Amino acid sequence: MSVFNQSRSRVIRLIFLVTFLVIIGQLFYLQIFSRKYRMEAEDNAILRKTVYPPRGLVFDRDNKAILNNTLTYDLMVTPSQAKGIDTAFFCRLMEIDTAEYHKRIVTAIIKNKSFRPSIFEASLSPQKYARLLENMWRFQNGFFIQERPIRSYPYNAGANIFGYIGEVDSNYLKKHSEEGYQSGDYAGMTGLESSYEKALMGERGVQVLIKDQLNRIQGSYENGALDKEAVAGSNLYTSLDIDLQQFGEMLMQNKVGSIVAIDPKTGGIISMVSSPTYNPGLLTGSERRKHFSELYTDPRLPLLNRAVNASYAPGSTFKTLQALVGLAEGVINTQTNFSCGGAFYGCGGGKPMGCLDPGTYHLSTGITHSCNTYFANVMMRVINNPKYPNVDSSLRNWNKYMAAFGLGHRLGVDVPTEQKGMIPTPEFFNKQYGAGHWGFCTFRSVSIGQGEVTATPIQVANEMAYIANKGWYYIPHVVDSIGGGDKFGLLDKYKQRVVPIELADSIFEAVHDGMQGVMETGTGRGSKVEGITICGKTGTVENYYRGVKQPNHSFFAAFAPRDNPKIAIMCVVENSGRFGGTYAAPIVTLMIEKYLNDTISAKRKALVERMSNTNLIPKMMLDKMRVKDSIARAKAEEAGLRGELKNIKDTLQSDDNPSESEVKDVKKKDNKPGKDTPNPRPVQTDMIAPDKQKNPAPADRDTARRQEN
Amino acid sequence: MNQRNPTISKGIDWSLVWIYLLLVAIGLTAIFAVTYKEGDPILQSFLKFKTDYSKQFFFFCIGSVLALFILLTDSKFFSATANLGYAVGIFALLLVFPFHSDIKGTKSIIKLGAFNFQPAEFCKIFVALALAKYLSRPDTDFTRTKSQFMATAIALFPAAVTILQSETGLALVYFSFFIVMFREGLPSIILLIGFAVAALMVASIVIEPNILAAILMAIAGIFIYIFRRQIRRRRNILYSILFLLIVCVGIQRFAVPYTFQHILQNHQVERIYDLFGKDNPYEEKAAGESREDTKKKKESGSSYNVRQSKIAIGSGGVFGKGLLKATQTRYDFVPEQRTDFIFCTVGEGFGFTGSMVLLGLYLLLLFRIVTVAERQRSTFSRCYAYGVAAVFFFHIAINVAMTVGLAPVIGIPLPFVSYGGTSLLTFTIMLFILIKLDADRQMVLR
Repeated sequence: MSVFNQSRSRVIRLIFLVTFLVIIGQLFYLQIFSRKYRMEAEDNAILRKTVYPPRGLVFDRDNKAILNNTLTYDLMVTPSQAKGIDTAFFCRLMEIDTAEYHKRIVTAIIKNKSFRPSIFEASLSPQKYARLLENMWRFQNGFFIQERPIRSYPYNAGANIFGYIGEVDSNYLKKHSEEGYQSGDYAGMTGLESSYEKALMGERGVQVLIKDQLNRIQGSYENGALDKEAVAGSNLYTSLDIDLQQFGEMLMQNKVGSIVAIDPKTGGIISMVSSPTYNPGLLTGSERRKHFSELYTDPRLPLLNRAVNASYAPGSTFKTLQALVGLAEGVINTQTNFSCGGAFYGCGGGKPMGCLDPGTYHLSTGITHSCNTYFANVMMRVINNPKYPNVDSSLRNWNKYMAAFGLGHRLGVDVPTEQKGMIPTPEFFNKQYGAGHWGFCTFRSVSIGQGEVTATPIQVANEMAYIANKGWYYIPHVVDSIGGGDKFGLLDKYKQRVVPIELADSIFEAVHDGMQGVMETGTGRGSKVEGITICGKTGTVENYYRGVKQPNHSFFAAFAPRDNPKIAIMCVVENSGRFGGTYAAPIVTLMIEKYLNDTISAKRKALVERMSNTNLIPKMMLDKMRVKDSIARAKAEEAGLRGELKNIKDTLQSDDNPSESEVKDVKKKDNKPGKDTPNPRPVQTDMIAPDKQKNPAPADRDTARRQEN
Repeated sequence: MNQRNPTISKGIDWSLVWIYLLLVAIGLTAIFAVTYKEGDPILQSFLKFKTDYSKQFFFFCIGSVLALFILLTDSKFFSATANLGYAVGIFALLLVFPFHSDIKGTKSIIKLGAFNFQPAEFCKIFVALALAKYLSRPDTDFTRTKSQFMATAIALFPAAVTILQSETGLALVYFSFFIVMFREGLPSIILLIGFAVAALMVASIVIEPNILAAILMAIAGIFIYIFRRQIRRRRNILYSILFLLIVCVGIQRFAVPYTFQHILQNHQVERIYDLFGKDNPYEEKAAGESREDTKKKKESGSSYNVRQSKIAIGSGGVFGKGLLKATQTRYDFVPEQRTDFIFCTVGEGFGFTGSMVLLGLYLLLLFRIVTVAERQRSTFSRCYAYGVAAVFFFHIAINVAMTVGLAPVIGIPLPFVSYGGTSLLTFTIMLFILIKLDADRQMVLR
């Protein structure tokens, strides 16, 4: 029998062999032919974790850290391991109820699965942090505290200089596709954070980690051979004087405007106040989004850096430049006289430009008394100069000077969102009036810094530095040096002295004389500082909003001391309704005094008080704020009522949603607090917190609004 | 003939022993690679038998002692006690019903102290012996249908019991004994019919029922056309073709769905459908879950296992990632890593080359067993040897095919390599009984 079937052993071997060959074929496909599985294995098991280095710090001129990193603590939970803890005790520590506890756990599970850690509470308060730290051993498995670095502002000042960091969006990623950002990263959005992003961000590290099937980290891959260390961000050393910055912000509180102070010798910005400002700490931490939207919708525009992003007609401060042009062009000399009989009639009838102090002036007294007629005449001579064949070419020549003084173009300050300002060109007038249909008289108000000319505060301050230096400036900048060297060439343009045109020193001396006179006998004499020779120039700027005349802007620009200028400064107070000497000049001189003497003399302490307590928020903004507040309050009220209604429903255990009419009913009821209307659900309404039931009394309402602000 | 061997080593087929040792060594290495974590004290944990690899080594030692005992036993003992052994095996299988402990959803394990004992594994030995004994009986004429039926019953009775213990995988192993019966003269037509039914079942899973019915009818039509002359003479051919068609359609239309719905468990049906990359059509009817639930279930279910297993093996490449550098298998991506999916470890750690070496060893083992079987003088030894070869082949082929995604996920171990005391001891005993029988082949003549 066995012999009979012996051939079948071959069949059996064949079956074995064929089966094995099929398996080997599949192995060949999986292991050699297909690349898919290798890549999937990588995805499965290898995690490339980006290690974020600490961002660079920012120091002021005295090496005080003015932008710092601190740690905030988040309480993290791993829901799958959080079972069996003393929930009641935990809730007492966290000051929540058990319902809230369960809600947060469920949210964590929905967001991030139960075996992965999620945030239970972000940015723990110091008290909660301390309490938790003591008791952490009780909740060790499910909970842990994770530290997270955030920006901190020890001096609480300079919000608009520093800017803020924010999560990058798809636009940002597209723009910076080469720089290795990924969604979820933070990057500087405005201010220094943005312009020095490259230096501040440092170099990211990579940690290659192995994870298991539940995404739990098991250790580093190949003993960290592929890891890359993170390099901390470079520190920025600035020319800011943080005390002066704080002082300036105090002086400017409840006013709209700006102060810019520059060290004329270096171009370093000493302080840059944009008012109203905000607490920079608001835009860090867990409430960032909420605060941002509040600031964003504030009618006073606190997020706008007015120092670089607002342009004003420069007003009379512009006259100093006209004097320079007149002298440089030789159409006047320092002794040239013009008389003002009450107004400038050089253009015949129409609307003459008024003059405040009638009389006869030469150059420096013209500056000192800010004589409109004088500078209208100077500019008329410049524009109608027979040296040039037509008004087109003479205006172009005048433009050349303006450009040299840093006007009409961006200076290139290292604080972003800088505006160009505006200097009228022949092209502009040709477009406006048609070629040949305009002349000096068309734009005569430009001569006194009104009309078709605008400049940003930083440009005006830079003008002062230019005049103080007698013909040169450095591009204003906040950052002097970068720790570890300027690897990206960010500071190169700030190291070159800008000498746009050669002007004789004597020309500047005449202007200095006039500006010194302003402080001694002229429009700024009320703000004189003992012992410091200040050269200043007031400005009172008429302005219109949608064709309606608004209260004047108060301008003042100055530098000091005259012989060895250490500070060039300007201040604008919007819509203050008074002259440049009324608000801007005292503020500027206080800043100068504080900067040069480090203290304010006892005599002028009262002035500090008066200036910082003056509220000059324009009526227009107040109106808008009132509208916004009342809308917000109405919304809050309605939301509150809905909440109450929901409480009622919950206690009734009713399923239907509150309808619009019901909300209104409750509102109506609540609007009559005095009257005791019969209540259809007396038992249930008792359960509403009594303080919520009534509208706040008018006095309370005001406090509430102030707090909101 | 009565002469005793002076040493136990005489006549032993050393090649089988070497292959055996090599396979166990590979198994230990693979289990070590899976369970060892950086910083574990190797020697200490080894001596304490706390880790899986040291436990496996412990079982290997027990196995060696058992092997020694087997080699010292008179080879007649095995044939003499075959029937008794079979009875004991069946009894042990039945004992499971009152005494089983619930481990991982199977009802086939009895807990004996610290060790879990799975009678369904051991029973294979007794079945192989009993089948050999039956086939080698002088009064068995295997050409007779009755004998064939008896042999089938001996082989499949334990399978039936095992299925009742929800161990379909282990039960299927008993079907491998058809290879023994085939060698002993089971008509080829039976195997052919078996293959045909299997092919029909696969076809009815893969192809739409109506299309398949149409195809079957077309095939029947072609046959009727081919045999039209003969049919004119003998009507019976037409009737038998039509009868076959009805049987085929019946299997396809009713038998397969019935099996899937009522005989097999849900997860088994799902695994089968997974293999062909199809959704389980019976699942939704049964559970009434939404499609998404089913999908989610699948992610974590058997298709996840197979996917991860394929990823692990595929990521091994030509030469593998090295013993302890295999990320997929070391970090628990593949479930049942030490036991049923141990082949992944080899595939990922040692790549195509390593897999070839392992498969080569297995093929060598199987061929060697067949060679050994063919040189036996006694029918009993030969039948037993084929039984061993058949069981090994089934385990190896199904296990490896399952890890590379060629067979549905059936929980059966890879001989000598998978972690598990019962399976290692079972295979060791099976192999060494064969070695002993072979060593005494000159003496025993029956």
